Amino acid sequence: MSHDTHNHAHGHNHSHGGHDLPFWRKYIFSTDHKVIGLQYGITAVFFLLFGFGLMLLMRWQLAFPKQAIPLIGKLFTEDGILSPELYNQFGAMHGTIMVFLGVVPLAVGAFGNYLVPLQVGAHDMAFPKLNMMSYWVYFCGGVVMLASFFSPNGAAASGWTSYPPLSVVADNGQSMWLIGMVFLITSSLLGSVNTIVTAIQLRVKGLSFMRWPVLVWAQVTTAFLLLLAFPPLEAAGIMQLMDRLAGTSFFLPSGLVVSGEALKVSGGGNPILWQHLFWFLAHPEVYVLILPAVGIVGEIIAVNTKKPLYGYKTLVYSMLFLGFMSFIVWAHHMFMTGMGVTMSTFFQATTMIISVPSVIILTTYLLTLWGASIRYTVPMLFATAFLPMFAIGGLTGLPLGLTASDIHLHDTYYVIGHFHYVVAPGTLFALMAGVYFWYPKITGRFMSETLGKIHFWLSVTAINGVFMPMFFMGMAGVSRRLYDQTVYAHGAAAQPLNVIMSVSAWILAVAQLPFLYNMAVSWKWGKKADSNNPWGGTTLEWAASSPPPHENFTTPVEVFRAPYEYSSTKKLLPQFVQEA
Amino acid sequence: MEQPHYGFWLPPNISTHGADIDNLISTLHWFMAVLFIGWGIYLVYCLVKFRERPGHEADVEGKTHFVLPKYIEIGIIIVEACLLIFFSAPIWAKVKKDFPKESEAVVVKVTAEQFAWTIHYPGKDGKFGQLKTELIDGTNPTGLDREDPNGKDDIISPNILNIPVNKPIIVQLNAKDVIHNFFLPVMRVKQDAIPGMTIPLWFQATQTGKFEIACAQLCGVGHTQMRGFFNVMSQEEYDAWYNEEEKSLLGDTATSPAGETK
Repeated sequence: MSHDTHNHAHGHNHSHGGHDLPFWRKYIFSTDHKVIGLQYGITAVFFLLFGFGLMLLMRWQLAFPKQAIPLIGKLFTEDGILSPELYNQFGAMHGTIMVFLGVVPLAVGAFGNYLVPLQVGAHDMAFPKLNMMSYWVYFCGGVVMLASFFSPNGAAASGWTSYPPLSVVADNGQSMWLIGMVFLITSSLLGSVNTIVTAIQLRVKGLSFMRWPVLVWAQVTTAFLLLLAFPPLEAAGIMQLMDRLAGTSFFLPSGLVVSGEALKVSGGGNPILWQHLFWFLAHPEVYVLILPAVGIVGEIIAVNTKKPLYGYKTLVYSMLFLGFMSFIVWAHHMFMTGMGVTMSTFFQATTMIISVPSVIILTTYLLTLWGASIRYTVPMLFATAFLPMFAIGGLTGLPLGLTASDIHLHDTYYVIGHFHYVVAPGTLFALMAGVYFWYPKITGRFMSETLGKIHFWLSVTAINGVFMPMFFMGMAGVSRRLYDQTVYAHGAAAQPLNVIMSVSAWILAVAQLPFLYNMAVSWKWGKKADSNNPWGGTTLEWAASSPPPHENFTTPVEVFRAPYEYSSTKKLLPQFVQEA
Repeated sequence: MEQPHYGFWLPPNISTHGADIDNLISTLHWFMAVLFIGWGIYLVYCLVKFRERPGHEADVEGKTHFVLPKYIEIGIIIVEACLLIFFSAPIWAKVKKDFPKESEAVVVKVTAEQFAWTIHYPGKDGKFGQLKTELIDGTNPTGLDREDPNGKDDIISPNILNIPVNKPIIVQLNAKDVIHNFFLPVMRVKQDAIPGMTIPLWFQATQTGKFEIACAQLCGVGHTQMRGFFNVMSQEEYDAWYNEEEKSLLGDTATSPAGETK
């Protein structure tokens, strides 16, 4: 690999050290963390839109049960009505795609890959080839998941949680789902090792741990969660695959009778085992979804309030504590499996404890606003909206985390409202904020402020229209995953809420058009960023030119102080600038 | 037997333990509302007061020293601990652990399958007949052995659970094929039905009426259609129904007062 970047003018937009590499090595099978980050980003945005699209179709059936979907309905079924089979497939794949192919690859794969090496002052990831491999393994997982729609009887239809025995007796789409998951988990494992080693080993001179930007702390904590939580699910996935294909009975009890026929399996297994293995991953996974968002919001708030983050150390310890606690709360997803008093008390106690660091994180951000000079850029708008949205998501976890109130609310729309508030207007808003914020670093150009504000105000209104009614629907006792809730008296009574949600969801979809247009067009025609550090950022990525050249830094960089400190003139002072 | 009123909030409650759950839910929501509105007012104040404008500089040194958040945090911990220790855990123990005596309760078996509920009463002898997988067919969904002396008088009721009012009901919940969830919205009862396990639950109704059983766990393509009913009747109505069923099973000889027919 060539190292002749120094021959190019500093800040020249088209300087790539690898310029002698053929196109496919530079942009397709690249080992540059920035290219891989963008590959992750673009693929993840595609999957987010795809997963969102599935839900937009399902929302027609939910709002107007058994009516043909206008215009495009005939593409899916003969009469244009979404069938219950397709509904279940779309539901399972919406969850899977959004979590494993959309949000995690965008938050961890894209933002982590692009920013962690820059923020620690490294030239690239510690293992660039491994990095390339993790992207391509993820890509294969995505292809398998998409292909599963074309298998006989369609894609997996047992929910993103894939509880056996339902998932074991399900059609072949489920096998493809499991194989896809094995790819995705492998990809995450490779990526997490890379992030941890890079952040710890490739720190530039002067960058002690307590000088890490919050984003690096968030990404490293996330990487540890992935590293420790994913292997059990990988094992469980293979076990379920064996149950389906090799006749084992890890998750199948004796005496199963499906559709009047005794199932010819040895039996003796336990379906609850899967739930433990699944949630042992999937609860830490919630924090994998939220922590990178917390990191992004922290960076944006510090820069746009123009003052240091309040309680940096408290924030760091809270994130670490959150990460640790996330491993001992998993069974709160399983309160209704016949859990006794001892177990349930333990898990609801740990669940209450984990709310404490979450509140502390929120509090430090709120306190940072005090005495600030808030610059309302588009990234700051999204980062600000993250705070109350995340608060709603967090607070509504309380009635679900306490067993007694969970009796009524378990597996209702209340649950869907709760975790979507965390992940959609929470994490996704933070990720959008991150796109607007680092876009000038990645391209050297700004995204349009006007389009950004249209995107923001439409999104923040519509998204609350989608998720707020879910709490009322859940209160009314409407179960999730129902193809047609009007079958039930209490479901029919709450049905008008479904219409509000669906219309809001379609408006939300339209609201993303200015965003996508903005992202595409600003790449070439956006307003040029006047410097390498247009927002006045304090962390190392702002020392690199925009876009950063191959191997990132053309001159040696050094860190002189903690990430959010101010100068004698009372201005935020970048980590990499030596004060005279 | 009029339809209960359903809306956008909790459905009516007709169980003895449901009021505790409802109180906890509303207490929690008041607590959440206070926190959220408090944070909200603070947030909006900051967003307006500390906006960027000419002549306004950020206070980078953070001269303001905050003590209130620490007390709020401690307050939250105390409230959560109280809710857990004095409400949630005891309610859970009462619902899940303090079972009424079987002799004073109505005991039924409920078996879930794709996509129906089978309710199985032990009959006058109070003993459930044996269930045999090989006997399962379209007319005998749980494989009840009618040859078994204990099984002769057992009542099988598809999709309709008849129970007397003001008397504890113990349900032994089981599933044949996949995981289902036995959800009685107005009774504040929700319990997974898991194949390979028999999970007991209990409740007691406080008023009569006809209500719905819902499946609350995705169980396949007919999940939505897995609706059952439960009738809460007066004791007299219930006894009359029970005797009627027994009579049709055993003929007139078996309608003698409760107890051993042998």
